[in-house]
Amino acid sequence: MDLILFLVFAGIAVVAAINVVVQRHPVASAVSLIAVMGSLAVLYLLLGAEFLAAAQVIVYAGAIMVLFVFVIMLLNAGGETKPGRSFVASLLGVPVLIALLALLAFFVSRIYPRDTEVHFGGFRGGTAQAVGRALFTTYLLPFEITSILILIAIVGAIVLARKELE
Amino acid sequence: MMSHIPLSWFLMLSAVLFSLGVAGFIFRRNIITMFMSIELILNAVNLTFITFAYQRKDVAGHLFAFFVMVVAAAEAAVGLAIILTVFKNRGTLNIDDLDSMKN
Amino acid sequence: MQLWLIPALPLAGFLINGLFGRRFSKGLVNTFAIGSVVLAFVWVLKTLFGLGGLPGTYTEHYFTWIQSGALTVNCDFSVDRLTAVMLLVVTGIGSLIHIYAIGYMAHEGGYYRFFAFLNLFMFFMLTLVLAANYLVLFVGWEGVGLCSYLLIGFYFDKKFATDAGNKAFIVNRIGDFGFSLAMFLIFRQFGTLDFAHVFAQAPVAPVALLTLVGILLMVGACGKSAQIPLYVWLPDAMAGPTPVSALIHAATMVTAGVYMTARSWVIYTHAPIAMDVIAYIGIATAFVAATIGLAQNDIKKVFAYSTVSQLGYMFVGVGCGAFSAGIYHLMTHAFFKALLFLGAGAVIHSLSGEQDMRQMGGLRSKIPWTFGVMLCASLAIAGFPLTSGYFSKDAILLAANHRAPWIYWVGVFTAGMTAFYVFRAFFMTFTGKYRGKEHPHESPPVMLVPLVILAALSIVGGALFKVPDFLRTVFPAAEVPEEFGPMAVASAAGLLGIGLAWLLYVYRPGIPDSIASGAKGLYTLVYNKYFVDEIYDAAVVKPLVGGSRLVLWKGIDAGLIDGIVNGIGARAKNIGDVLRLPQSGNTRSYATWVALGGVLVIFLMAALGGLR
Repeated sequence: MDLILFLVFAGIAVVAAINVVVQRHPVASAVSLIAVMGSLAVLYLLLGAEFLAAAQVIVYAGAIMVLFVFVIMLLNAGGETKPGRSFVASLLGVPVLIALLALLAFFVSRIYPRDTEVHFGGFRGGTAQAVGRALFTTYLLPFEITSILILIAIVGAIVLARKELE
Repeated sequence: MMSHIPLSWFLMLSAVLFSLGVAGFIFRRNIITMFMSIELILNAVNLTFITFAYQRKDVAGHLFAFFVMVVAAAEAAVGLAIILTVFKNRGTLNIDDLDSMKN
Repeated sequence: MQLWLIPALPLAGFLINGLFGRRFSKGLVNTFAIGSVVLAFVWVLKTLFGLGGLPGTYTEHYFTWIQSGALTVNCDFSVDRLTAVMLLVVTGIGSLIHIYAIGYMAHEGGYYRFFAFLNLFMFFMLTLVLAANYLVLFVGWEGVGLCSYLLIGFYFDKKFATDAGNKAFIVNRIGDFGFSLAMFLIFRQFGTLDFAHVFAQAPVAPVALLTLVGILLMVGACGKSAQIPLYVWLPDAMAGPTPVSALIHAATMVTAGVYMTARSWVIYTHAPIAMDVIAYIGIATAFVAATIGLAQNDIKKVFAYSTVSQLGYMFVGVGCGAFSAGIYHLMTHAFFKALLFLGAGAVIHSLSGEQDMRQMGGLRSKIPWTFGVMLCASLAIAGFPLTSGYFSKDAILLAANHRAPWIYWVGVFTAGMTAFYVFRAFFMTFTGKYRGKEHPHESPPVMLVPLVILAALSIVGGALFKVPDFLRTVFPAAEVPEEFGPMAVASAAGLLGIGLAWLLYVYRPGIPDSIASGAKGLYTLVYNKYFVDEIYDAAVVKPLVGGSRLVLWKGIDAGLIDGIVNGIGARAKNIGDVLRLPQSGNTRSYATWVALGGVLVIFLMAALGGLR
């Protein structure tokens, strides 16, 4: 059961990810990205990260991607028309990517043989209670700092995006 | 046993998503699409963190992923604002046209 | 005994006149300059009388100059009979010439500078003579070379004077190189440079080494005492004022080589080949210089070549084992050569600067005192019987005859030539009709009195100061007994020379010109001093300068060194040009490079860290 879940949603994630990269119009890419995030949320549930799965859907898919779509429509960005001009990217891009993927795959397979196995409910420590406890005790400082970070981001975004003062 | 998924498969999935994100960043010329590729990369990393949290039975991995999400949100806000400004000033969203830092 | 005062007094004169002389009156400059030298002479007399008969060597030790590993060199002065002779000559003749110079330089600019340099010269010369080891002698040696350069180029606004000064100094340096090599060998063999220690050990040293040392010392002497092949600077040195020619290039500095070789007699008596070399060089120089002197028309040039020739005689004396004869001739030569130069200076002074003898003549009636003293000097140098030159020249020729008769015969012929050219100059200057346009006037007493003293010394000084007897305790080498036959031949040659000169320049004045036009090739050769200067210029100077210019300047300095420095700058720029290529401004290429770097880092981490 878990296996089927994993296979289905991993497949959706990969296909959608390919779609993000391949699609010409940004809105299509954005929607594909939302699909990726949704699939990932299910996979988080498999891994016992209940709180994070919820946060993923609410924050990531629900807020950030909406913002993306807003901006795309605001700018009326169309598809790409002109050909690319980066000599380096066209030459080295594919080999580097293949090398990257190959390396990562190699290491993953070497380091993690098939002894650890995941099943639904194998980790019960990802509840909101557990996350909250850790967040407000051990990781309080990063928490506070990130709140300030968000504040700065808001201020920055407003300053950047407003109309010029006449 | 049959319903158990090897841990390495999650990590492989994460690697694939990461590579796809990097590919998108290198090969796409629209700024917003490049940005979305970055979000894809971040999501892949999140998956890795949570996988390791499962392996080590430690909630700290979840917290890392949480903070990644927060920072991604902030970064998305500011980044999109910058893209707006760039579009206002240069009128283009093609990253190859934004090369005034050329030698 | 305070030997150090002897050189210190002229040094004080130099310092005072050099530093403050510009503001002094002429009288004050004179006081310090002449006073210091005369006081030095007085002190020499006091020292010599105080030391009694001077049976041995009296040494005073002042301080340890160099103390380095095995080398210890002290600043010591020592006096023995040889030193005594030299001291008396240097300070005595030096004083007379200083006094003369008051009159001669009275109208010249740079008065204080002249006397300052002259005093400095006296200091170095006295250091040279008093030195008790080779290195202190070398200090004096170099110092007199420096003063020679300064004084030859005294008229520094005239290019030929400064060129002559350069030439003197550079040619001297070549000789000094030989001297330095000799000192290195001496130290290597004997472990010391002290005269006393070196000469004590010399008899048991290997003959080959002593020969080499002897020849190298002779190279140094050739430079300083103007022997073949390094004599070319002396005729040019006549560009300096006449008192300089008299003091430095006749009486004292050029004799330093003779003194040095005589002082090293222990080395030479144990290296017969080196002594032969000295004798050959000496006689060759004497002969060649005399031939050149036959045809010169500048009165100072005649005497310059005469000096070179007479120095050759001194070296013949040393080379034939008669060291005291060489020193004897050194002394008498100082008398009459200084007198010849000073007299020539008086003639030139009375003619307001004319030096060409073809513009002189008939001056006997106009400057009678000068005529008188010049006659005395000419008789002395020609070896007229019973003059000082007669005794000293005969001593040398007798020793030469004893050693190798061919040297004697060449020496006799040269003596004849000497008499001839000296009296040629004398007759051209003083007899006949005056050919010039000036108004000759007699010199002032301040110039005449030293001349008269020197004339007296030239005539009687040889008989009065019997140097060989005096130096018998210093040079145990056997002195040759007087034989009448060779002496008579030598005197006859001198008289023949005088007669021939009288014939050609007084009786039948037209003959010389016909001889010159008849033997035109030979005359041109001799008149142009055998083109030696031109040969040196083409063979040595031009290649050296050209080589320096091409190889050292253009090749190494401008090409290599500048090339390296400039090249570094250019390469830095090249590297920069290459490094700036990645800065394309294109974000996607940057991203690709980042990804590539990341891949490499992961790979390296795995390869180096190893997989668990």
